[in-house]
Amino acid sequence: MPKSLTPRLAALRDEIHGYAKEFGLDFFDTVFEMVSYDEMNMVAAYGGFPTRYPHWRWGMEYEQLSKGYEYGLSKIYELVINNDPCYAYLMESNPEVDQKLVMAHVYGHCDFFKNNFSFRHTNRRMIDEMANHATRVRRWVDKIGVEKVEDFIDRTLSLENLIDQHSPHIRRNPDPRRAEDELKSNERVEGFKVGREYMRGYINPSEFLDSQRKKVEDEKQRAKKFPERPQRDVLLFLLEEAPLEPWESDILAILREEAHYFAPQGQTKIMNEGWASYWHSTIMTRRALRDDEIIDYADHHSGTMGTRPGAINPYKLGIELWRDIEERWNKGRFGKEWDECDDLRARRNWDKKLGAGREKIFEVRKHYNDITFIDTFLTPEFAMEQKLFVYGFNDKRNSWEILDREFRKVKSKLLQGLTNFGQPIIEVVDGNHENRGEMLLAHKHDGQDLKGDYARETLRNLQSLWRRPVNIITRYDNKGVMLRFDGTNQTEKKVEL
Amino acid sequence: MTLKIHQDHSRFKQIVRGKIKANLRKYVQKGEMIGKKGKDAISIPIPFIDIPRFKYGHKEQGGVGQGDGEVGQQLGPGAVEPGDGHQAGQGEGDHALEVDVTLEELAQILGEELQLPHIERRQNEKIITQKIRYTGINTTGPESLRHFKRTFKQALRRQIAAGTYDAARPVIIPTREDRRYRSYKLQDLPETNAVIIYMMDVSGSMGDEQKEIVRIESFWLDTWLRHQYKGLEARYIIHDAVAREVDRDTFFHTRESGGTMISSAYKLCRDIILADYPKSAWNVYPFHFSDGDNWSADDTRQCIEMLRNDVLPNVNQFAYGQVESPYGSGQFIKDLREAVGDTPNVALSEIADKDAIYASIKDFLGKGR
Repeated sequence: MPKSLTPRLAALRDEIHGYAKEFGLDFFDTVFEMVSYDEMNMVAAYGGFPTRYPHWRWGMEYEQLSKGYEYGLSKIYELVINNDPCYAYLMESNPEVDQKLVMAHVYGHCDFFKNNFSFRHTNRRMIDEMANHATRVRRWVDKIGVEKVEDFIDRTLSLENLIDQHSPHIRRNPDPRRAEDELKSNERVEGFKVGREYMRGYINPSEFLDSQRKKVEDEKQRAKKFPERPQRDVLLFLLEEAPLEPWESDILAILREEAHYFAPQGQTKIMNEGWASYWHSTIMTRRALRDDEIIDYADHHSGTMGTRPGAINPYKLGIELWRDIEERWNKGRFGKEWDECDDLRARRNWDKKLGAGREKIFEVRKHYNDITFIDTFLTPEFAMEQKLFVYGFNDKRNSWEILDREFRKVKSKLLQGLTNFGQPIIEVVDGNHENRGEMLLAHKHDGQDLKGDYARETLRNLQSLWRRPVNIITRYDNKGVMLRFDGTNQTEKKVEL
Repeated sequence: MTLKIHQDHSRFKQIVRGKIKANLRKYVQKGEMIGKKGKDAISIPIPFIDIPRFKYGHKEQGGVGQGDGEVGQQLGPGAVEPGDGHQAGQGEGDHALEVDVTLEELAQILGEELQLPHIERRQNEKIITQKIRYTGINTTGPESLRHFKRTFKQALRRQIAAGTYDAARPVIIPTREDRRYRSYKLQDLPETNAVIIYMMDVSGSMGDEQKEIVRIESFWLDTWLRHQYKGLEARYIIHDAVAREVDRDTFFHTRESGGTMISSAYKLCRDIILADYPKSAWNVYPFHFSDGDNWSADDTRQCIEMLRNDVLPNVNQFAYGQVESPYGSGQFIKDLREAVGDTPNVALSEIADKDAIYASIKDFLGKGR
């Protein structure tokens, strides 16, 4: 199992740690552990954690990582967990220069985890929490049986992305308004106002009062089923409303909590990887690198920054954006005067010698996520310099091609890919659809259709948790469609939107 | 040391195995797998192993990329991240995960599913061979194993450290100490030897479809026997009125015409066995495929005689597969059945079409000989 650092590496760690502090990085204590490549693949398959609940997909992940490593296609260099203390892994077989680079990179991540607002509500004891989850799931496995538990996890994972990705923290408690309604509905049913006491039996016969009471009760029941507003956190809705066994609720809650824990990492991928890369590059080239290490460093660094035409490399895009922001704030290339200047030569030579770049990027790393980061700091000049383009699939030629280099389109496509982490937005709009206890979901269509076969399979899984028929309204080819699974049959009908 | 993940990993493999087993009949019938064969493993598309989600079809979504090129320019193959399944379409086979399964494992699955008995070897003599494995880098070694990239990198490193590197004139000259060589180890591999002798009728009546059946079936026979014997050789004989030995490629792709003299093939088969595969050291498996339309009753008699006297006593099992063709009357299998059908080391099988391959494999391998 993981080993602590050799004295030599410990000394290097102290050295890099010193540089990181010197540059003003601010992080939790960071523990480095040495692992073999096999252990590295395992930890990576577990999403960085030493222990996870048992499930085959970690095995699948592990198989793919190991294969990638063995074939020399990929290699995991850095792995760091958002936890207090942060944990990071170093691969034993790596040369010293790589270890230094990884350490510098890791301190960048740790600074980001500690300071960026998206992580403020994450559980900083997640290592322990994950281990607890594992224990709980294992205990259910012992009690309920591995097949059943695994099957339930499979089905729940199918719904894992149906959380409120951008809510900054998990809402564990139900809406307080519901509690209020609960109080209100407990008021006694009074019946009509009675002037003369002897008339009471005639004006408010007991059958009438009973039926009124029943109505209130029904109303209460129904209100309980309905989400008052469309609810993005489908997992929470299921947790509160689906007729689940205790063990099912427990596992669902575990998976939901883990999904929420990982959500901020998805929302700050470009910033975070860019930030870590910016710092490894700064620390290495300004301080830590020895002459004889330059080749290997450059080789490794450029490998990480490599791009291919049909994909965005978050490391590359991120580091370039951070550098661009730093330069702009150093030279004063922002604000009204800059925006309104259309003299190209003046713009090119613009340098107000503000020197505020470093300060600015530290501020930005605190208050932004990928969406606001790109939205605020991606400039037309930058997009052109970085040669960004929009690509799409051309059915006629059966190939991918460059569609556009226009700034607005590039930016909006980039943002679209980041919204809700590139996942469709789906909400529960009715938990008692047609008054038959069916669930109705709505897909907020933003111009992209759902993948049909996947949607039907997912619906099937949702139904198995909800136990009543489930429906989703979406759009295919610009026409409203309601997909339905009633437990036996998949149906599809047109709906007006 | 065991890793915790091995439990999850073996669970994953178990699931994959289950999926392969469940779909084995389909895989057996389809020739496509054979094309995907690597050295030791085969890529099998496994449907539905990933977890379905509500998500976008990647093709509809498109994305943002980075690099040179005019608008309208195609991005090269592999440029775009495959995303999750290419097609946004409706096809069920869409989201298939490709899993590498070793041939060894495939054979095991085949064995379990068809309930094949393990082969009883006729001889257990072990022959040891050695295999070279390249394991690392060394500072000494023969020039033919010099690792150029490592050598130059080392030289570059030294020149920079020594301050003799001139970026304006980037000439790198490796010295003796810079040289790096691939290093290897010799590994002993114990082997039990076996040989398959494939014979196929390539007369005019054997069409492409018949040959495809033979090709698919021989893949599975190969896989199974390779699982049973570590060193497996294969020899290929084609025949119409005359027989000749060919390489594997020719075997599966030759188109001949003319009459059929099965005896010519059996004669060649016998000669090969007697010359190269003495009973004391080899397990021998002749497989013959034909549409069963032999030239004459006389030739058939010769075949049977040769089988009885020379072939059967020297082989583990002799197998004959009769592939139905639009022309073949298929008398030969009946003749064999009458003459040698009771002999324990003879396996006969009729293969009507691709669907029948599955059962035929069992006919051939079910005896465990």
